[in-house]
Amino acid sequence: MVTKKLEPIESRFETFQILNPEGEVVNKDAVPDLSDEQLKELMRRMVYTRIWDQRALSLNRQGRLGFYAPTAGQEASMLASHFAMEKEDWLLPSYRDIPQLVFHGVPLVKAFLYSRGHFKGGQYEGVNALMPQIIIAAQCTQTAGVALGLKKRGKKNVAFTYFGDGATSQGDFYEGLNFAGTYNAPAVFISQNNRFAISVPVEKQTAAKTLAQKAVAAGIRGVQVDGMDPLAVYVVTKEARERAIAGEGPTLIETLTYRYGPHTTAGDDPTRYRSDELTNEWEQKDPLIRFRKYLEGRNLWSKEEEEATVEQAKEDIKAALKEADQTPKQKVTDLIKIMFEKLPYNLQEQFDEYSKKESK
Amino acid sequence: MAQMTMIQAITDAMRIELKRDENVLVFGEDVGKNGGVFRATEGLQDEFGEDRVFDTPLAESGIGGLALGLAMQGFRPVMEIQFFGFVFEAMDSIASQMARLRYRSGGKYHAPVTIRSPFGGGVHTPELHADSLEGLFLQTPGVKVVIPSNPYDAKGLLISAIRDNDPVIFLEHMKLYRSFRGEVPEGEYTVEIGKANIVREGSDVSIITYGAMVQTSLKAAEKLAEEGIQAEVIDLRTISPLDVETIVSSIKKTNRAVVVQEAQKQAGIAAHVIAEINDRAILHLEAPVGRVTAPDTVFPFSEAESVWLPNENDVIEKVKATINF
Ligand SMILES: Cc1ncc(C[n+]2csc(CCOP(=O)(O)OP(=O)(O)O)c2C)c(N)n1
Ligand SMILES: [Mg+2]
Repeated sequence: MVTKKLEPIESRFETFQILNPEGEVVNKDAVPDLSDEQLKELMRRMVYTRIWDQRALSLNRQGRLGFYAPTAGQEASMLASHFAMEKEDWLLPSYRDIPQLVFHGVPLVKAFLYSRGHFKGGQYEGVNALMPQIIIAAQCTQTAGVALGLKKRGKKNVAFTYFGDGATSQGDFYEGLNFAGTYNAPAVFISQNNRFAISVPVEKQTAAKTLAQKAVAAGIRGVQVDGMDPLAVYVVTKEARERAIAGEGPTLIETLTYRYGPHTTAGDDPTRYRSDELTNEWEQKDPLIRFRKYLEGRNLWSKEEEEATVEQAKEDIKAALKEADQTPKQKVTDLIKIMFEKLPYNLQEQFDEYSKKESK
Repeated sequence: MAQMTMIQAITDAMRIELKRDENVLVFGEDVGKNGGVFRATEGLQDEFGEDRVFDTPLAESGIGGLALGLAMQGFRPVMEIQFFGFVFEAMDSIASQMARLRYRSGGKYHAPVTIRSPFGGGVHTPELHADSLEGLFLQTPGVKVVIPSNPYDAKGLLISAIRDNDPVIFLEHMKLYRSFRGEVPEGEYTVEIGKANIVREGSDVSIITYGAMVQTSLKAAEKLAEEGIQAEVIDLRTISPLDVETIVSSIKKTNRAVVVQEAQKQAGIAAHVIAEINDRAILHLEAPVGRVTAPDTVFPFSEAESVWLPNENDVIEKVKATINF
């Protein structure tokens, strides 16, 4: 006899969807109340980011950009969730979440400087965001802190954090959820499940059938959403934000998505660990194709608009690259200066030493 | 003898030990099908199966705890930390747990764990990947720290590390992985942990170093020779425990020393080497011991690496200052 208590928990975490891969509405009641202009803006951001991704990969090959983590395939997961954020909300991204940073207000040139490994790439002004996190899941506990701080300050704002599927194995992930839950802090945790942590498939990452169910142990809400469906991603994120502000607690959102490209530009070869069939299968669910069909069906998107967005992206990238090229090379003395508010003796001596070397 | 890169020598050492001892297990993030992000474990899962060579979930502290637990069941874990900058995540499992297992059990238990990890600058990794954190483990009683500078030593030292009954941190400088090949004997051989190697003999000054700075120091020594200065170059190979005997006997001959490390200056390996020299050989010195290091900042953003890392000229200048003292 199987008691009710031993039923698998994943049955409670069905994937939420509004648009199917053909761009047809399959969940009419859930369609969000977005204006035509908002819908178009979301599409523009996704198209823009796809072009940026293509350019970044080729600029990296030419040696004009450095470290870059590809985003193609994850546009709905990244940008439709970010679309639910307000300007004053806080963003704690991973290395892959540069598009959200840019649409949150960080200039593109900063993204390029970060990629090249220039300290100015992390200098943000007037943007409520932390720098891309390299240490997997470290942003999760920090998000609990930012969210608790917002609450203590009485702000009607929310802390959003992004991380991958692999990140949900880290202690910091569980700790972040648990802390946020304990303090009932206004936080939204977005796990972008793109099926792989570098080469390790999510099936080997955990015995949990969904990542969303990991919310249960922390006593917070969890939801799994079709991460290739911009409307569904937007709706769950928006709701999570509203609940957070209303004092109803944090949420874990799992977006089912896929990265078409390599893990990063640092020598990853996806053919070693995944099949072309799998990639093709996911490409059929592409968020841009899906959303384009949906918008075309409503006469909201045309070839001209698509082309104008592509042109805009290309121009912006060109201008940002030029600006990055004109940024003075960083010196060791620049780096010494940003170590402390006031330099201790050793760094002061080294500052003098390197100043001499640099003036030679 | 085969010509191998350092990374091939490392793979070869693991293959030999996996074959020789069924208790050896190799695991970490992406080490299975992917063969590791640097391909250090390339082909090992195919050859030995997923039981022996396997991917772990993405959690370094979990990997460290797993290693200790498996050691308790008689296995010899060879765990990988994908980049040494991530070792902070595993600090408790290494420094508080593995390093103290023998001690806390009154000598009854031990943790024959090998912790392999790439580290080191000059290859333009993103932040937090390249940091030289070996100094942290010099201050961690209960672990040994090994840093090879060439393919031959890498293979012999890794085999020794895997056979060692105490935890050994085995650090692989990323710049050395494929930058040159060297002669590596086929089959098994060991290089003793805790023994330095004199890689160049000389009578005027002892340059004491390890890791990628061995190559830098050798180049500096060649140039110094053109100017009539004969430098002896000591490759420490193991930084904990230190081979003080080799250091002291070299200084007795040269009466001068310069210590070269890639890491930041404060509380580094060089500071420790200099303290040992003070304790054991100060009366043989004709000049204060020189120290070549990086400045005390966080490891630099990649664009600034080349000016931040110590180079040949820094070594030459410091040697001359010591000679002309
Ligand atoms: C603490 C830590 N361990 C390991 C790594 C190396 N690493 C970088 S990305 C990555 C996989 C992350 O996978 P996932 O969380 O699924 O995010 P994705 O890259 O797929 O977006 C690993 C292992 C790291 N950066 N930090
Ligand atoms: Mg992933």
